[in-house]
Amino acid sequence: MESGLYAKPIYRLAGDRGFLVEFGKSIDPRVNSKVRAMARSLEKDKPGGISEIIPTYRSLLLIYDPEITNPDRLRPLIEQAGNTLENQENSPCNIVEIPVCYGGDFGPDMENVQKAHALTTQEVIHLHSCPEYLIYMVGFTPGFAFLGGLDEKLYTPRLETPRMLVPEGSVGIANNQTGMYPLASPGGWQIIGRTPLKLFSPDRPNPFLYKAGDKIKFRPISEQEYDRLSQKEKNS
Amino acid sequence: MNAFKILAPGGFTSVQDRGRFGYQQMGVPVSGALDSFAFTLANLLVGNHENQAALEITIMGPSLEIQKKMDIALTGARMGMFLNNNPVEQWKSIRVKPGDILTISQVQSGCRAYLAVGGGIRVPEVMGSYSTYAGGKLGGFRGRPLEKGDELKTNDTNLLDKQRSIPQDLIPQYPSNATIRAIPGPQDDYFDEGLTTLFATEYMVTVKADRMGYRLQGKALPIRDEMPKSIISEPSMPGGIQIPPDEQPIILWVEQTVGGYAKIATVISTDLPKVAQTTPGDMILFERTDLQTAHTVYVEEKNKITKIRELLLT
Repeated sequence: MESGLYAKPIYRLAGDRGFLVEFGKSIDPRVNSKVRAMARSLEKDKPGGISEIIPTYRSLLLIYDPEITNPDRLRPLIEQAGNTLENQENSPCNIVEIPVCYGGDFGPDMENVQKAHALTTQEVIHLHSCPEYLIYMVGFTPGFAFLGGLDEKLYTPRLETPRMLVPEGSVGIANNQTGMYPLASPGGWQIIGRTPLKLFSPDRPNPFLYKAGDKIKFRPISEQEYDRLSQKEKNS
Repeated sequence: MNAFKILAPGGFTSVQDRGRFGYQQMGVPVSGALDSFAFTLANLLVGNHENQAALEITIMGPSLEIQKKMDIALTGARMGMFLNNNPVEQWKSIRVKPGDILTISQVQSGCRAYLAVGGGIRVPEVMGSYSTYAGGKLGGFRGRPLEKGDELKTNDTNLLDKQRSIPQDLIPQYPSNATIRAIPGPQDDYFDEGLTTLFATEYMVTVKADRMGYRLQGKALPIRDEMPKSIISEPSMPGGIQIPPDEQPIILWVEQTVGGYAKIATVISTDLPKVAQTTPGDMILFERTDLQTAHTVYVEEKNKITKIRELLLT
């Protein structure tokens, strides 16, 4: 019995243009990998009338043109694709390194996280920058990655009062999640550092640095290196 | 050469096209005109193709100083429009010239009007679209709603040979009691009596109604006791009727990409323009429909636009 994975997908209607396919009941790397494998398979051999394929934690939304296709026609195609997925190796994932300057002005909540777990700054940095985090999905705001794999020793509740503005590039923790803010926005995450990289830049040929299925590895950097990389981003 | 200058920006006036497609999986919402019907007709009236950038005007209209000879048309919400203080009609092409002052006043019925200009508004294309995504400071005119003093350009085009207008019987009415068709799901299995309630009682549009979503107020729509109060985040669609813990529905709009609350039903795409024209205080009655009916209606609506296009060209 595979954990969390349904024997057969559950199909749900999202209005007259959306068809939602659900592959499992939990946030689980195996369920998520199936979602992404299906997305890739449909992307490669796109059924007529499909305009968007949107993978998330455990479900895939297909947006279609009702003049060309409908759920009755899509269902067998999905089932067919599902049969060949079993043998397919997951495509090799990219590991994307994100330099982070931890603590100080860039990480105003470092102290909160330390206090919550009786850890030193160095221990927090080590625990946070050690894992390779799986990107389950991207959403909420452009380039916001939902990451899995935070060390339990760092689980910290959200701030009681969210900040009006969290600066772009901030790296934070909220309960069992860790993530980065590609845009300055309001937010209640415990901010422990900041990356000088532009995580989302609509003017770049590829506006994003990563996609669902890639892995994120944080690399601790000094303030000097932050300034240097920040300058480099500005010039490019 | 500039085409017009904003003397007063109105309530919330932004550059929109049909939307920014293909990037929802990267967290970039689709954006675009909320009333796609009125938006499309505005473009057709001035001789544009269906998807050229136009202004979406919300509740209170802007004042513009015209800087170029061109054709314009205002569709959607009834707002009242004045050219050099003389009333001019909506749903009709109007020829304007440099020095003219165009004033669009306050909404009388509906919520959003669309001002198209011949050639379409010229703004940089960002990720395949001209639409403004204000929350992400992206697209449109400098990624934001228009402000006093902004000067906008249009693409060059020929002036119309003759005035175009939409026949009276094809102009939609925007009553303050709207009946909106919806299909149960994607999480209809999370509800039992809630589903009956949704299709049996009216919901009021609250003041929290913008391009992210419309918060409604009415009889509570509880999730079944045995079901979780939230779901694992999944993609959202415009028209999804989401039920947060306060059990009051929110119709999701175009500046969302994912959500973690169960959606009891989804407004059919043909009726989204009707939702776009409801304004705080209006009442919505949801009418249950099924997929097959919705698809029939979808095709009818497309044919209607094709007919209008042919009508305008003759």
